[in-house]
Amino acid sequence: MNVDSPDFKRRAKRALDNASLQSALTATRGAFAARRAAAVAALPEFEALRDAAKAIKDHTLAHLDFYLETYAANVERAGGHVHWCSTADEAREAVLAICRGVDARTVTKGKSMISEEIALNDYLEANGVQPVETDLGEYILQLRHEAPSHIIAPAIHLNREDWERAFRKAHTDRPSDRRFAERRDIMVEAREELREKFLVADVGITGANFLIAETGSSVIVTNEGNGDLTQTLPKVHIVLASIEKVVPTLEDTTSLLRVLARSATGQDFSVYTTFSTGPRQEGDLDGPGEYHVILLDNGRSAMVGSEFQDMLRCIRCSACMNHCPVFFAVGGHSYGWVYPGPMGSVLTPALVGIDRAGNLPNASTFCGKCESVCPVKIPLPNLMRHWREREFERHLTPPVVRANLALWAWFARHPSVYRLATRAAARAMALASRGRGAFRRLPFAGGWTGGRDFPAPEGETFFARYARQQRQQGRNPR
Amino acid sequence: MSREAILGAIRRGLRRGPVTEDTALLLRARLALHRRQLIPARSRVPRPAQVSLFLKNLEAVFGSFTRVADAAAVPEAVASYLAGHNLPFAVAIAPHPELRDIPWSERPLLALREGKGEAADLVSIQHGWGGIAETGTLMLPAAPDRPTTLNLLADTEIVVLRASRVFGAYEEAWDALRAERAGRLPMPRNIMMVTGPSRSADIESTLELGAHGPRRLHVVLIDDDPEAKET
Ligand code: SF4
Repeated sequence: MNVDSPDFKRRAKRALDNASLQSALTATRGAFAARRAAAVAALPEFEALRDAAKAIKDHTLAHLDFYLETYAANVERAGGHVHWCSTADEAREAVLAICRGVDARTVTKGKSMISEEIALNDYLEANGVQPVETDLGEYILQLRHEAPSHIIAPAIHLNREDWERAFRKAHTDRPSDRRFAERRDIMVEAREELREKFLVADVGITGANFLIAETGSSVIVTNEGNGDLTQTLPKVHIVLASIEKVVPTLEDTTSLLRVLARSATGQDFSVYTTFSTGPRQEGDLDGPGEYHVILLDNGRSAMVGSEFQDMLRCIRCSACMNHCPVFFAVGGHSYGWVYPGPMGSVLTPALVGIDRAGNLPNASTFCGKCESVCPVKIPLPNLMRHWREREFERHLTPPVVRANLALWAWFARHPSVYRLATRAAARAMALASRGRGAFRRLPFAGGWTGGRDFPAPEGETFFARYARQQRQQGRNPR
Repeated sequence: MSREAILGAIRRGLRRGPVTEDTALLLRARLALHRRQLIPARSRVPRPAQVSLFLKNLEAVFGSFTRVADAAAVPEAVASYLAGHNLPFAVAIAPHPELRDIPWSERPLLALREGKGEAADLVSIQHGWGGIAETGTLMLPAAPDRPTTLNLLADTEIVVLRASRVFGAYEEAWDALRAERAGRLPMPRNIMMVTGPSRSADIESTLELGAHGPRRLHVVLIDDDPEAKET
């Protein structure tokens, strides 16, 4: 997928002006948070489970090489194949080679963020293999030639009318005057269309939420059942997974599963949690004859041992974006690459380079909500701060920002001058607002006043007021 | 090779070479012991309460159930469920010995086809390997007599489960599975943990049942466990 992250500001502005996107975002805002809160309230052990989940991931990362080798050996023992791929290119080629090996014409696909990361669909299509997304949300995005805007609710930016329009355009052998009276009618049509595809596909590609070293299993978690149809019906099952997905045992996986669905959708457990281990075994009546795992690095091994290692704990639950004011203001597409929200702001620069994702770590109000809901306790605001520092060090910050920061730093080192200057500015602004108490427009601050008014100072700076109050309370301000 | 490149980069990040033999021993012991982590208290209750918790959680995720005294009562339970939902009496059924032992012939209208699931199936009957009370989850490991497609293709899936196979937490089910598979590969090809019928909230974040898998999930629970019976 192209990296459009440097364009964050322009995309965010466009998103704020997009009425239909804003109505879709408004409709879902709050719902995720409420569902998660209810699920967490119903499980007194939730906080302790977060600690356990974090510890499991930290232990695994500290011995990542050992667990990956153990995992791979156990996949092979079960008759599967592991393809170690350093780059997106290698991963795409490995997938294509497997498809060619069985003369595949169509492949069905379960939801996989790795597939987006390596831009697999375009590549397969260009090489004569037709990919079909089967997750409902991913299916409509494929019809609309669009990228997902959320990691578990990919079509969160769309309204019902968008679905109807796309279906009428794509499913042309159905009566054009059919009615979609309810959402259900849309889903039934998709179910029927996709059933056909499941039955004829030669290869099924899924992602993986976890890889289990103890057993050589891959785990997917879905609600629709599309991932299971994808991996059960075709001759070949390909799992796309990145190296940080490995965990030691079934028990470790279980602990992570206990926090995953609750953090994601507020369910106690997703409808289908499925463990796959190798191809069809003796006597099995169904299941694929070949089982392959594409084990992708794509920049992750370089995060091991760095200040960004914590990010490798991420289990892609989406809680951080579901609780993010920035995400719900600008939507997932503004982030310009596969991973939106706070986790994307940290992960994208690590995977594509800070020079190509520079704006993202700034897309934060630093309210800290993301860290407080993260089931594996990733210090997301801190990691974003690290990126900002790196960005500044490497002179990637735009000159205006640098100049302003330098000016501010000078003032900060000269507090008396700072106080003098801010006092003057506060008086001037209070006068200029003519007692309205707020500005509709401010020079140099169009980005702020476009979405809201800027409150005018009352003529006194924070320092001055603080000093006055302390004096009134008989204390001595320093 | 990429394998060596990836492992090498990880080790450079961790500032060490391959794990030492001592560490490897410890890590292998951790795998072999597969110690349980924290298990929520909600399923740590006496057997009858565990079974009720399973059924309560099943209903909370839009599953349904009939509780019967013994295997002989299963055909009647299945037939009345199908009739009650205006469903056909043609059923795809898992070729499992426990299901074969059920006296289906007492309900001659039920037309059973043994085998895997097919695209045209409207109703399937699956053998319930286990249930997990903690979340109302069915555990359905693939086997020659428990084909995975029966969980996926029909509109309505009926699972016949014995109360003695209801576990409190997932960890108990893992241990039962390990014991059952001793001497074989540790895992069957596929294990589906099913918690309610298929659903999606992709259209305007609103929940709809029956996305790609079954839109109805019904459990027929056989009370074969004297300790689990309600008193
Ligand atoms: S960073 Fe944490 S909250 Fe965000 S997706 Fe990853 S695990 Fe979930």
